[in-house]
Amino acid sequence: MPPIKLTLNGKPWSVDADPDMPLLWAVREIAGKTGSKFGCGAAQCGACTMHVDGQPVRACSTPIGSIAGSKVTTIEGIEGEVAKAVQDAWVKLDVVQCGYCQSGQIMSAVALLTDNAKPTDQDIDSAMSGNLCRCSTYVRIRAAIHEAAKALEI
Amino acid sequence: MPDGHMTQAPETQSPEGTSRRRFLQVTGGAGVGLMVGFTWTGTSRRAQAAAAQTFEPNAFVKVAPDGTVTVLIKHLEMGQGVFTGLTAIVAEEMDADWAQMRAEHAPANAKLYNNTAFGPIQGTGGSTSVYNSWTQLRQAGATARALLVAAAAQTWGVPASDITVSKGVLSAGTRKAGFGELAAKAATLPVPADVPLKDPKNFTLVGTKLPRKDSAEKTTGKAIFAIDVVQPGMLVAVVQRPTRFGAKAQTIDAKAAKAVKGVVEVVEIPRGVAVLATSYWAAHQGREALKVTWDETNAEKRGTDAIVADYKTLLPKPGQLVTKEGDVDAVKGAKTVKAEFTFPYLAHAPMEPLTCVVKLGKDGCDIWAGDQFQTIDQMNAAKTAGLKPEQVTIHTVYAGGSFGRRANIESDYIVEGVAIAKALSDAKVQGGKLAGRPVKLIWSREDDIRGGRYRPLYVHGMEAKLGADGSVLAWQHRIVGQSIMAGGPFDQPGKPDATSVEGAAEIPYTIPNRLVDLHTTTSPVPVLWWRSVGSTHTAFAVETFLDELAAEARQDPVAFRRKLMEKHPRHLAVLNLAVEKAEWTKPLPKGWARGVAVAESFRSVVAHVAEVSQDDKGRIKVERVVCAVDCGIAVTPDVVKAQMEGGIGYGLGAIMFGAITMKDGLVDQSNFDTYRCLRIDEMPKVEVHIVPSANPPTGVGEPGVPPLGPAVANAIAALTGKRIRDLPFAGSVSV
Repeated sequence: MPPIKLTLNGKPWSVDADPDMPLLWAVREIAGKTGSKFGCGAAQCGACTMHVDGQPVRACSTPIGSIAGSKVTTIEGIEGEVAKAVQDAWVKLDVVQCGYCQSGQIMSAVALLTDNAKPTDQDIDSAMSGNLCRCSTYVRIRAAIHEAAKALEI
Repeated sequence: MPDGHMTQAPETQSPEGTSRRRFLQVTGGAGVGLMVGFTWTGTSRRAQAAAAQTFEPNAFVKVAPDGTVTVLIKHLEMGQGVFTGLTAIVAEEMDADWAQMRAEHAPANAKLYNNTAFGPIQGTGGSTSVYNSWTQLRQAGATARALLVAAAAQTWGVPASDITVSKGVLSAGTRKAGFGELAAKAATLPVPADVPLKDPKNFTLVGTKLPRKDSAEKTTGKAIFAIDVVQPGMLVAVVQRPTRFGAKAQTIDAKAAKAVKGVVEVVEIPRGVAVLATSYWAAHQGREALKVTWDETNAEKRGTDAIVADYKTLLPKPGQLVTKEGDVDAVKGAKTVKAEFTFPYLAHAPMEPLTCVVKLGKDGCDIWAGDQFQTIDQMNAAKTAGLKPEQVTIHTVYAGGSFGRRANIESDYIVEGVAIAKALSDAKVQGGKLAGRPVKLIWSREDDIRGGRYRPLYVHGMEAKLGADGSVLAWQHRIVGQSIMAGGPFDQPGKPDATSVEGAAEIPYTIPNRLVDLHTTTSPVPVLWWRSVGSTHTAFAVETFLDELAAEARQDPVAFRRKLMEKHPRHLAVLNLAVEKAEWTKPLPKGWARGVAVAESFRSVVAHVAEVSQDDKGRIKVERVVCAVDCGIAVTPDVVKAQMEGGIGYGLGAIMFGAITMKDGLVDQSNFDTYRCLRIDEMPKVEVHIVPSANPPTGVGEPGVPPLGPAVANAIAALTGKRIRDLPFAGSVSV
């Protein structure tokens, strides 16, 4: 089986893996990037959220073989003004509690703000409802997304 | 370590007991200028023995030459904010700058790092972290400060009284120095006894908004959880456990599992069958191919409907006496009100499934985990490995939530990890060539949801007699359910399990005749404390039933509570603050209603006012929750707020949809699609108000949960007239 070729956080990535292996485990166990988390293995919780060609995907349910040639970005590789605004807002409002879901939350929030510079509460609820947080940091997630949107306006 | 005096029973110790201890100082080697901590009231021999153990982690405070102050955190950071709150206590007494402070998990050591509310156990739970550390860490910080001041006094040749400390800088006249510059000198000085603590009115950090210490690394993916720990040569393990609680493996056919690429070995352990592989994905696939049959002789084969029916047969019968005041039977009321409640089993479902990494050698064992019961886990791991507890090193890392799940007296997932590592060391397994290979055990979400240690299923029966004027003359509360404490270190045989009745045994309402009793049941379904433990169900029953009585008496639920609460001014103040901030009497939009509830748990009092709406399709939504909390001194108020917000969300998901059900002993739920948890679009707006207090701090991790369910249920009743008594609500209304 030839290796699967992709781009991971801007660098070429050649993975020698079973094409059915979920992207999450390839990134965590083969590439050694552990910022993206395993929460359900069934696209139910969003803790594994990565960007594939700019779109947020549930990496736990994305076979690596299905995205050959794609550009994959993880929490370790996000950059740019939107990502910075989101992460700054997260720190400013102390959104995190246990923190385990937050990589996924941030990846979803960055995708939302890239798409929609001024989301309403409803936009946020609908874009973020795939990301579970058992600590229920939801109040602050909403506030931080608004905060990041405001920072990006300036 | 020297022998300690750690034989006292849990209830005989208190945080105040720290005053009996004496501080000791440890001179550090490279990189550590000063370490300050305390040991139990001891002899100079013990102090010397400890002092000789340079770098022994028997301290709470380390000052590095660069001025960084590290606080050793004896509790698990699982999101509740101990890295921030406990660090703030030390920083306050040291007059440090918040930016120079950092936190790190302390190693497992019951002598130095025991939870003083638990006794000789290092562990986190019962919302005790700040409560039990308050005096201890104030003393640790104050002593560190005193040593630094003494070092400055000697160095500068000025009286200590001329030296001031502010934001990590010591000054006398024009002379100034940071902590780091004085650390080496301070480490050589005798440790002062009974250093005075600050007057709380001079606090500059405690009580203010301080940035969390873990925000940055948890926002960049850099924070390390057990699932992220990698050791050279590590194998990944998953375990096939019995499908029915109480079953044991009978036959194992591992041929197909071993044929899966990446699978290295299959071993039997007491709790199931482990598949070891070079990756999680291979281990998972290997487990899919595994064929195990189970001996279900002693297994639970009832469904939850049958369990509820069994429990209900006990409701008419008197149980074990918990509280008896007056004589409920002698009362003849104008009206009798009765209600029965059912509460389902609940899974904790923390975001990070249970995980540990175990490296077992001949003479020692290293364990990495989001470890909540460090010294219990250490003992259980040692027993499983055939080692002494001191040969087991626990590396506590961040936990991706817990809500009680990681704290269990059998150390279930830790023992599984050690048992797997132990099985690999057997010479019969591949000639012993896998011996010593580190093992990372990962539970899948399905393992978590179906793995037991649930909040127990309970049935409650309540009966009250009202006078013609609406006064509550008699109150009877009967609880049926499994014991959480039975068989564990906190068990008090012969006495009712306090965790089954807390929140019901004592209530903040004065009722002349009151009877509370308990039927303790048994089942192979393992049960455990779940964020706010007994109050998860007792507060619901008490506060919704009381609301119902108010309605029967045709009185406003707030006025009704106030009258009964006259002798509990602390509860009354919290209730009053919540209703004032929620503008209780202000009209709401059509289709909306309010409900209120108040509950004490873990020494704190919380009241919530919930506003709910119902849309034209009948769907109930919780729009807003206004919370008031009295938790004594709010050490880090923003963390207190976060815990109330979190408790509200956690509690709301549970009462709306949370339920583990079984058919013929098989759990119906498996993942978040069937075990529904609260999502962002279901999260109400939250407002938190903290009652100003000069009292020592009490719990905040759990107390936000108990009043949430009844506040929402009471609002639904106000809106629809429907009293929900069987949880979750999803069985009664559209949510």
